[in-house]
Amino acid sequence: MAVPGAAPHPLLEFWGDFRRNPGAVAGLAVVLLMTLIAIFADTIAPHEPNEQYRDALLLPPVWSAQGSADFILGTDDIGRDILSRILHGARVSLSIGFLVVTLALVTGVLLGLVAGFARGVLDIFIMRSMDVMLALPSLLLAIVIVAILGPNLINAAMAVVIVQLPHFARLTRAAVINERAKDYVTASRVSGAGVTRLMFITVLPNCMAPVIIQGTLGFSTAVLDLAALGFLGMGAQPPTSEWGTMLSNALQFIQRAPWVVTFPGLAILLVVLAFNLLGDGLRDALDPKLKR
Amino acid sequence: MFRFLFTRIILIIPTFFGVTLLTFALIRLVPGDPVELLVGERGIDPARHAMLRAELGLDKPLLAQYAIYIKQLIGGDLGHSIVTKEPVLNEFLALFPATVEISVCAILFALAVGIPVGIIAAVRRGSIFDYASMGLSLTGYSMPIFWWALLLILLFSVNLGWTPVSGRISVLYYFEPATGFMLIDSWLSGESGAFRSAVRHLALPSVTLGTIPLAIVARMTRSSMLEVLNEDYVRTARAKGLAPWRVVVVHALRNALIPVVTVIGLAVGVLFTGAILTETIFAWPGVGKWLVESVRRRDYPVLQGGVLLVAGVVMLVNLLVDVLYGLINPRLRYQR
Repeated sequence: MAVPGAAPHPLLEFWGDFRRNPGAVAGLAVVLLMTLIAIFADTIAPHEPNEQYRDALLLPPVWSAQGSADFILGTDDIGRDILSRILHGARVSLSIGFLVVTLALVTGVLLGLVAGFARGVLDIFIMRSMDVMLALPSLLLAIVIVAILGPNLINAAMAVVIVQLPHFARLTRAAVINERAKDYVTASRVSGAGVTRLMFITVLPNCMAPVIIQGTLGFSTAVLDLAALGFLGMGAQPPTSEWGTMLSNALQFIQRAPWVVTFPGLAILLVVLAFNLLGDGLRDALDPKLKR
Repeated sequence: MFRFLFTRIILIIPTFFGVTLLTFALIRLVPGDPVELLVGERGIDPARHAMLRAELGLDKPLLAQYAIYIKQLIGGDLGHSIVTKEPVLNEFLALFPATVEISVCAILFALAVGIPVGIIAAVRRGSIFDYASMGLSLTGYSMPIFWWALLLILLFSVNLGWTPVSGRISVLYYFEPATGFMLIDSWLSGESGAFRSAVRHLALPSVTLGTIPLAIVARMTRSSMLEVLNEDYVRTARAKGLAPWRVVVVHALRNALIPVVTVIGLAVGVLFTGAILTETIFAWPGVGKWLVESVRRRDYPVLQGGVLLVAGVVMLVNLLVDVLYGLINPRLRYQR
């Protein structure tokens, strides 16, 4: 119940801050739209993503003179409907992206939490390992992991998890160390709270803001890295309708059929941009330093 | 300053050893027989297999193998490519200048465009220019650069015919590489048109690779300018009656650029990730393309050695940036 003059509920306050940022709201709208597309891809896609229409090879989009209303964004070199492939690609990118961010977040946060609480040798071991992973350029590390595991979508996803994990670990550790010194933690400890309780119930919820922001921004890098691996032939394999994989042999059609190149990349850009806008908006709304 | 440098170097050593553990493990983690992976032959007869196994030291305990690996590394021996039989280090050194060349051009492009854009956006905060340029920066930051490269090729190579699509220079020109940097070599060669050809080949890859750093630099310059413009000394400079451009460029910019330098240093990893993609698309004979091909050809010694060298370079650049940061930021130098 709202008491006049009392501070609004934190969630309401957050929404009030978030709503004032038009970019963030637009990002959220695109993310929700893409999620719906990913869920209902089967229903809304006009064709099967892998169905080959042999009499409609490299058909241009509907608005050009030779275009057909059957294939709104045209067809690729073996007559597959590009729109349907992009809609199904949303399913691949978003579901794998979600998997990647969840796994990286959970493992990274656990490692960071343990490092921040344990200190000493364990802390040094965990954080030095993270430094090693961060010393390699992200895509190179991902390529190395794919080279070990073999090129397919799941292995590429695992590679991206490992690439992202150190960021979550570092962020969580820093937040934990910052929180641990505060009075409420000491109070809780003095009242007899065990280490597990201190870690997960007392401290962790107060470290979540930066982790949530990093999770949103991590989603955009996950989508981007997965597409890059697909493009290099080290991620999803044909005929999977993954956006990066769709671009992997597009260079040879660039002269004859630019639409084969244009639309999958536009889809990647749109999703990545949406998550970045959303992440920026969350940062502005969640960061108390910027707020007041 | 010396102490600061010293601690940074001390910190880098364990990380580098961590990377050697990773590259050491690489060959042993790949499914398949390490002898066959290292020699690149399949179905070797048992006698030869045992000989090679002993020769490669694979019959020794793991710890001894690692010690041998480190000893070889210190001696500059990073193994031989299965495909070309060349030492990995020689191949790397031959290709590295090409990667440095596009990376430097990309960074220069990013700075030349990003800093002025960031300054103007900060000075005219809230204007249409501010919104448009920051919107574009976020778009650039979100750009899948392999797709961006294809769009640039579509516009500038296919439609306008201004730039070539691949390689470092036209096949019409040939000269012995003196420095490994095509811009310098073509200039030194004195062949008419060679330099122009090199520039035309370099343009699109540099712009492609420079796009994400450009977005980062523009955003960073703007936000750090906004902070500095509120400082007292800037107000003092204005109050003295200095010309507005002088206040911005001479007084504010010098301090605003400090965080920008760090960001560029941190962007080295981002830059190499971009170089892998850019070099692959533009058939640019650099380290990134070389590593991607080594995976495709299952040339594991190249991947192993190349990863270590790239990691070493990235760490060194980060160290240099830290030192540079200490030099240009006296506040940091005199701390502690």
